[in-house]
Amino acid sequence: MSADNQTALRLDQTFIASMIPEGARVLDLGCGDGALLAALMRTRNVTGYGLEIDTDKVIACVGAGVNVIQTDLDDGLQTFDDHSFDVVILSQTLQAVKFPDRLLSEMVRVGGEGIVTFNNYGHWRYRLQMLTGHVPVGGPRMGHWFDNSNIHMCTVADFEALCADRGIEVLQRSTLDGAPGGSLGTRYLPNLFTEGAVYRIRRRHS
Amino acid sequence: MPETLPKDSVGLVAAQTAHFDRPLTLDCGRTLEHYDLVYETYGTLNAEHSNAILVCHALSGDHHAAGFHSLDDRKPGWWDNAIGPGKPLDTDRFFIVCPNNLGGCAGSTGPGSIDPATGQPFGPDFPIVTVKDWVESQARLADRLEITQWAAVIGGSLGGMQAMQWAIDFPSRLRHALVIAAAPKLSTQNIAFNEVARQAIRSDSDFYEGRYFEHDAIPARGLALARMLGHITYLSDDVLNAKFGRERRSDSKGFGYEVEFQIESYLRYQGQAFVSRFDANSYLLMTKTLDYFDPAQEYGDDLTAALRQTLAEFLVVSFSSDWRFAPSRSREIVRSLIECDRPVSYAEIESEQGHDSFLLPIRQYHRVLGNYMRRVEASIPAPGNRP
Repeated sequence: MSADNQTALRLDQTFIASMIPEGARVLDLGCGDGALLAALMRTRNVTGYGLEIDTDKVIACVGAGVNVIQTDLDDGLQTFDDHSFDVVILSQTLQAVKFPDRLLSEMVRVGGEGIVTFNNYGHWRYRLQMLTGHVPVGGPRMGHWFDNSNIHMCTVADFEALCADRGIEVLQRSTLDGAPGGSLGTRYLPNLFTEGAVYRIRRRHS
Repeated sequence: MPETLPKDSVGLVAAQTAHFDRPLTLDCGRTLEHYDLVYETYGTLNAEHSNAILVCHALSGDHHAAGFHSLDDRKPGWWDNAIGPGKPLDTDRFFIVCPNNLGGCAGSTGPGSIDPATGQPFGPDFPIVTVKDWVESQARLADRLEITQWAAVIGGSLGGMQAMQWAIDFPSRLRHALVIAAAPKLSTQNIAFNEVARQAIRSDSDFYEGRYFEHDAIPARGLALARMLGHITYLSDDVLNAKFGRERRSDSKGFGYEVEFQIESYLRYQGQAFVSRFDANSYLLMTKTLDYFDPAQEYGDDLTAALRQTLAEFLVVSFSSDWRFAPSRSREIVRSLIECDRPVSYAEIESEQGHDSFLLPIRQYHRVLGNYMRRVEASIPAPGNRP
């Protein structure tokens, strides 16, 4: 792969990359232009596939040397067998799917471990925004409430409640902002102080 | 006729013929003692013979995939929009080989060839060949050209099935397989359409049980009907609607059975044009070849087990409006490849043109092909490491 295909990683992607073991078999749900997988292939020797719905992004993945399967995540992951991947990644995509609950259950079925990142809409900044009378959209590049693809925004509290309800164990909660292990705020009042949330999850073994 | 050849054309090309004397035992148990394969090549084979691409044609295709045979040609080869300098299958980088398949009617040994045993054309006695037989014959052509490993084997529709069969039968002889608008085997409906096409030909009074050449006849009505039926299934309802609607010819009188709607006129034209370039026995044979294609059969009807043999990387492409080989059929292939952990990419291209899309210069389709071909190029071993 040539150097000009190396797209810079987003902050959450850099963070995710640091959590992936060497040589892991990875499935990246909503892999976009394939930048994360391409980086993981380069630096961590991973194998696996990206799933993406948008044809132009699929074309970019093909160009980046990433194995991409054009897929609508709303159709589920029935193409994939139980435990067929070490890690399943869902990065900034949870809020855009029709059935986040089903997809999370599918993730921990297909992968030994799942990594989920999303914007915590319980963060104080979003709460303030709501107080001004406007729905937060999650950043200047996210468009407006009526034309972005975010249809299921949630908070850290919402996410953890859903996990508990669906038999999903949270192995680790991290935050993209702040020091390793999180700031005092994210540690004691995560729903108020976590902006970018990163979770490692797996199916609860009963 | 092009006054001058377009810059991105491979230009004037001529077919070559490879004659084989080593008998070829076919799937059906019969043997072809001698046979010819005609083929065309575009681009230059590198010193290591590592930049060769095999392009496999579909049901009614032939070896003339790109360029012009003469300046008087009305049209270039069937995949000229994809093959040429700077095109997705870039002839500045790759050496492209496209043979006419056995059983065809464009020069390779087929029903129209003389049977050495009788001195007469084979006609209906030509053995039914399978995709596996084709792949075997193509492998011998590769030997002849001293190509031990294709950089890629590429095909659409029946051509995609050959690419798949190549990957299963000769795992180490190709690095990439591009399977476009194909299926792991025909559906019942596919076979049904083929049977109607065959019956159209066989029930023509000029068919003479396939010995029409002895009677100086051609089952033209039957062959045209078969092509008309095929043509409808290669296009989508939407595209037919958009192209012709319910428009009538200006001279139509109405309330009769003469050509009236534009679609009727179009289909009759397509049918007649086909008769002038295709042989009825070849058409019958090729539809059978399609029907028999089922690489999983040898592996306990388990497609995943069949594909587990492969070593190639795959690109699978389907088209949204293709109902003859629908995207769901391509996904069956992808699913099996994933099950056995093979490198595969899959793109589902939005298109209104139905099955025929694989022949058209659809922008996103050609971008996928072009991007993938850069991967194919990147995986050419460095000089000195001849595969």
